[in-house]
Amino acid sequence: MEFSIYDLTSFTHWIDSSLRASMSPGWAVAVEMIIIGVALLVFYALIGLFLVYAERKVCALMQNRLGPNRVGPGGIFQTVADLVKLLFVELVPIKNADKILFNVAPFIVIIASVMAIGALPFAKGLHAIDLNIGIFYLMAVSSMGVIGVLLAGWSSNNKYSLIGAMRSGAQIVSYELSVGLALVTMVVLAGTMQLSEMIEAQRWGWFIFKGHIPAVTAFVVYIVAGTAETNRGPFDLAEAESELTAGYHTEYSGIKFALFFLAEYINMFIVAAIAATVFLGGWMPLHVFGWDGFNKVMDFIPPFVWFLGKTFGVVFLMMWLKWTFPRLRIDQLLTLEWKYLLPLNIFNLLLMATLVLVGWHW
Amino acid sequence: MDNVQLAATAALLAPGTEIVQGRQFVEMSVAPELLLSTASALKENSDTRFDMLVCVTGMDWGKELGVVYHLRSTEHNHMMVLKTKVSDRENPEIDSLCSVWQAANFLEREVYDLVGIKFRGHPDLRRLFLDSTWGYPLRKDYKDDINIVAK
Amino acid sequence: MEEAVINVPLEKEEYIINMGPQHPSTHGVLRLVVSLRGEMVQNVEPHIGYVHRGIEKMCENLTYAQIIHLTDRMDYLSAHINNEAVCLAVEKALDIEVSDRVKYIRTILSELTRIQSHQLFWATYGMDLGGLTCFFYGLRDREMILDIFEETCGGRLIVSYNCPGGLMNDIHPNFQKRTKDFIKYFRKTLPEYDRLLTGNVIFRERLKDIGIINREDAIAWGLTGPVGRGSGFSCDVRKHNPYSAYNKVTFKEILYNEGDSLHRYQVRMDEMWESMNIIEQLIDNIPEGPYAAKMKPVIKLPEGEYWQSVETARGELGVYIVSDGNKYPYRVKFRSPNFVNLAPLNKLAAGFKIADLVAINGSLDLVIPDLDR
Repeated sequence: MEFSIYDLTSFTHWIDSSLRASMSPGWAVAVEMIIIGVALLVFYALIGLFLVYAERKVCALMQNRLGPNRVGPGGIFQTVADLVKLLFVELVPIKNADKILFNVAPFIVIIASVMAIGALPFAKGLHAIDLNIGIFYLMAVSSMGVIGVLLAGWSSNNKYSLIGAMRSGAQIVSYELSVGLALVTMVVLAGTMQLSEMIEAQRWGWFIFKGHIPAVTAFVVYIVAGTAETNRGPFDLAEAESELTAGYHTEYSGIKFALFFLAEYINMFIVAAIAATVFLGGWMPLHVFGWDGFNKVMDFIPPFVWFLGKTFGVVFLMMWLKWTFPRLRIDQLLTLEWKYLLPLNIFNLLLMATLVLVGWHW
Repeated sequence: MDNVQLAATAALLAPGTEIVQGRQFVEMSVAPELLLSTASALKENSDTRFDMLVCVTGMDWGKELGVVYHLRSTEHNHMMVLKTKVSDRENPEIDSLCSVWQAANFLEREVYDLVGIKFRGHPDLRRLFLDSTWGYPLRKDYKDDINIVAK
Repeated sequence: MEEAVINVPLEKEEYIINMGPQHPSTHGVLRLVVSLRGEMVQNVEPHIGYVHRGIEKMCENLTYAQIIHLTDRMDYLSAHINNEAVCLAVEKALDIEVSDRVKYIRTILSELTRIQSHQLFWATYGMDLGGLTCFFYGLRDREMILDIFEETCGGRLIVSYNCPGGLMNDIHPNFQKRTKDFIKYFRKTLPEYDRLLTGNVIFRERLKDIGIINREDAIAWGLTGPVGRGSGFSCDVRKHNPYSAYNKVTFKEILYNEGDSLHRYQVRMDEMWESMNIIEQLIDNIPEGPYAAKMKPVIKLPEGEYWQSVETARGELGVYIVSDGNKYPYRVKFRSPNFVNLAPLNKLAAGFKIADLVAINGSLDLVIPDLDR
């Protein structure tokens, strides 16, 4: 069996065929599901660890200081140390809190993000679920997270948490509109919602170049709305420490707080990954039609390196935004969405549709 | 306006008050009953126009309690001092000047807190720094053997 | 025990939130009891006294030279200027003329203090509003001034360099060079602050038309310093009643008429430029002379009352000394600018949102130990 890192379909087919050879099809599917589940969870945890460390280093870079550099060489075990500490923290039970909802809330947020990760194409052939309504599924599933946030705020029996959760809920629901419309704009350009086909269509040019003006506008709107949806960056009023303690996760401690914390970083990763897939070509290298030598050099880099590189580029951009700008107030935030981004999005969508019909895209 | 002219104008405005000159500022001592009217007159009159209350100091003069007001006119750029004394140490009361200068709000609360003088007509007279178990620390007969080292 | 917490009866649907004495945004130990309806602030009540140390009472048992060390700890970000206030009051009472050298050095150190206080204001204001990077940039530059202070005066924040009659010791030989280097560096760096925060549209939208107070109200409430000047009230003591070497330098008094938080912020940013101009006019021309006048070992002020105002970074500090001829003062009163500036907080913040309350509180730039004394 020949395995190549450029096309992992052969690897996944080998696993599949060897499983089917040794057990009945039903069991084989079950074992595959378990393998994929474990792989996704491991990836989730590793990416979480890496992103927390990266955030602290990027933050330090912006603030003219070093960041963690003592725990392990260059501070790479800092997140592990934080995680171990969080595991030892006492879980303070809340009087009069709704115990079931209080305990379930962090898990809802995690489940929503794991479901979204399952649909992302990491490399050619490394795609857990390739739905023909890929984009639609991603948008639907990432909307589930808001339920976890609202439950967390409500069940904490705390004024600050409730205010924080309501602000957060209003913000997430509003910005989902913009995220959705920006992605729909690109669906219009691609002609399909299936992620693997969208990536294939970007072989001779990423959509951000192919769609020029409306695609760039959609990209900018998507980044702004995606940052707002994950409660990050200039839109983090819900958890602003300098205003109302910690917002909806004030009353959480220990491992439950770690779950919220982790889910926020993974959501950022998902937003960046979707941006990388839809706008920047996913795992497709940068090809220019007619420059064969250049294309061969670009093809030399394996696809998952391309994917992770693009995603982390967008993640760096989002972190940069967070550490530069002050916060928006809640009414300014909602004004931005409903009065500025939404009309801009609709106009952009019409513009993109016109472009596709007339054929002015590359 | 220099101090001599100021003293003359102030004397005209508020008959029945005692004016001292020769110090850094013109000092006007007024009886507590005339305080509010004198203060209003000093603020309204266009030659003096004392529109800014700079400082309110609660004093314990030994036998009497008093309040010293430093006034400034932003238009004419002169300052003067308005003083009043109350001889009743058990229950001292003076009219509040909040209706004349709003700055008096917190400043008079501080005097009430630390010296004990009540201000009639103050919108919100409560203790400011200390709670109700403290006496009035800035009085000269305040005894606190633990915290104060008297020399 | 404690007095009623809130003095205004609550309507239905109002609830009370306590921005307690320990809070990242209240700049010190200040408790704000805020009654809210939804997001809108109905009533703000400050509760103070958590840092009340009884400085005025303590001064009645200390000599005039000892009082100076207490003034450092009031508004610790204008420590040098506070010291200067008491020294000027004592010198005025004793009719002592200090040498020009002392006046120049005092003025230069005052202006450096003003710059470092405004740098800290910028750093913490950005941090309060969410731009956490501002904190590091502001403090990085402030360290240079604190190093200059440490070399000459012996202390970074609590300087105690002035004494009645002059200075405790002469300046360090490096003082002039380091100050000039700092001015050169900071002239290039201050536009960075503008690029990061002042021109930022998010920042401007957070602060524009928030917490407006007009000129008449500013005078009625007695607001001085950048708070007053942001409302158009020309109250700079350095211009109206100059002391030390301020009558020998030319500088502008920064005034804006709008009276909102953005212009209170802008006054402080512009004041940093003016302070640098003042220092540049003085730093090369420090005359030779004694660094302290001859004083008696025990200072006794003649009987009487003395008032001295100075312009600290936050407003007009007034020192009122009543002396009965002894070596201890009869009564010392500090007219603290922060105490007077806090009073209209309810008027400024009512009707705005909670996030605006943080912005308004930051724009007043309060230092609570000065408030509480």
